[in-house]
Amino acid sequence: MMRLTMFRADMSATDRVVPPSGHTANLTVLTSAAMAFLAVFALALSLASGRLADRWSEALARSATIRISAPPEQIEAQTKAVLDALATTPGVESYRALDDAEMKKLLDPWFGPDLPVDSLPLPKLIELTETAQGMDTEGLRLRLAAEAPGAVLDDHTRWRRPLVSAAARLRFLGWLSMILIGGAMAGMITLAAQAALAANGQVIRTLRLVGARDAFIAQAFVRRFTLRGLTGAAAGTVVAMIAVALLPATDEAGGFLTGLGFSGWGWLWPLFIPPLAALVAFGATRHAAFRMLKEVR
Amino acid sequence: MIELQNVAMGYGGSELVAEMTLKLVPGSFHFLTGPSGAGKTSFLKLCYAEMLPSAGYLNLFGQDVRTMTRDDIAHVRQKIGVVHQDCQFLDHLPVAENVALPLTVTGRSVDGAELRELLTWVGLRAQAGALPPQLSGGERQRAALARAVMMSPEVIIADEPTGNLDWEMSLRLLSLLVELNRMGKTVVIATHDLNLIRQAKAQVSARVLRIANRRLHLAGADL
Repeated sequence: MMRLTMFRADMSATDRVVPPSGHTANLTVLTSAAMAFLAVFALALSLASGRLADRWSEALARSATIRISAPPEQIEAQTKAVLDALATTPGVESYRALDDAEMKKLLDPWFGPDLPVDSLPLPKLIELTETAQGMDTEGLRLRLAAEAPGAVLDDHTRWRRPLVSAAARLRFLGWLSMILIGGAMAGMITLAAQAALAANGQVIRTLRLVGARDAFIAQAFVRRFTLRGLTGAAAGTVVAMIAVALLPATDEAGGFLTGLGFSGWGWLWPLFIPPLAALVAFGATRHAAFRMLKEVR
Repeated sequence: MIELQNVAMGYGGSELVAEMTLKLVPGSFHFLTGPSGAGKTSFLKLCYAEMLPSAGYLNLFGQDVRTMTRDDIAHVRQKIGVVHQDCQFLDHLPVAENVALPLTVTGRSVDGAELRELLTWVGLRAQAGALPPQLSGGERQRAALARAVMMSPEVIIADEPTGNLDWEMSLRLLSLLVELNRMGKTVVIATHDLNLIRQAKAQVSARVLRIANRRLHLAGADL
């Protein structure tokens, strides 16, 4: 019942029995704000990692590349042989050979824009997409070995798995960070509440003497610390959301940091952090209060 | 109301008081005397369950103290007004709010007129807005008495209430306690001031108890 009645508007009398404590109050608010700030970034990291894992997994799962390395005079023939083989391979949805412009674009990040693609013995690349049912990869490999000896099929499995695994692990670490942040916040608020309770020993003894129940005394502390936790977390969340919103956009940043932040409905997730912080503060203070009150008859 | 049968109590294995048998009936007036360290304060703490007996049977308002929960104890304390020699207040709240504290903690509304009447009765009307540290010793005792009777308790327990007061102020406090007894309240006062006891016995039928040799005795008529 206490939980339900705790936030009634006419709680001023209950609040007033505990003396104001400026320093502890500021510390609690600051701690909550800092933890909420970190929690928002951990959440952003988790969500971005999740999206990254999904994107990589989805984009690479159904694609494969065939690389043809052969003497210049054989490259056209082997390319044709591969394309012919693909045309009759069940499970291949589409395929196409990359032209010189696309090859140049792929090599730009390493060699710059002035690479003379025409004069270099570059392999030919064929990009293919599987149907939902998939293809017989091993069968295609054997066929390519027979019809185009310079062709090598790469179904991306070798490097897709570690990437997806890394992204999934990053997402897990993000959630773990959130849990650790919540635990650290609970610990700090418990310490602050214990300090406040210890500093108000005389108040507690006086209240017990005049007939106050433990629930009443605990309520005065719990309500105060819960509101501080909520206020601090709300401030920290707002600042962190602004900071995330100001992160460089996808096109500008590129690379691994692409998409770090929230997108669409994902912006609603951080709004759960302040109520969760208040819940943590509530639980931590209530536990500390009742444990300490048992020592006072 | 409050009943002790062969109650013993002590700290760390050594008995401070033993074989205490007493029944406080409604409307009675008791003085508790004895040398310093005899166990007067401990006896009073038993009466409002701040301490528990190590042996014997203690009944508070019909309930065995050993079976009482913390909420039960809080409920019993709403029926017992306590005045200590070193009265403890919430120093950040004005006197009026301190006096009304027993109502506040039980969620009852404070009747401003009744509160003013009570403060007038103890002579603290002018100090209603003052903070406890601003009060003199006598004023603190009277504020504590006002707080103790705020809930109209059935029993008033005072532990050396006049210990820090001059004679005139002691008599004033005593007259308030006698007046409460005439209203039907049970009063128990621990004191070593024999003059105060004589003064009270002139006004009210008081029983004098003495703790000596770890036992509770009925004191002689010479008091």
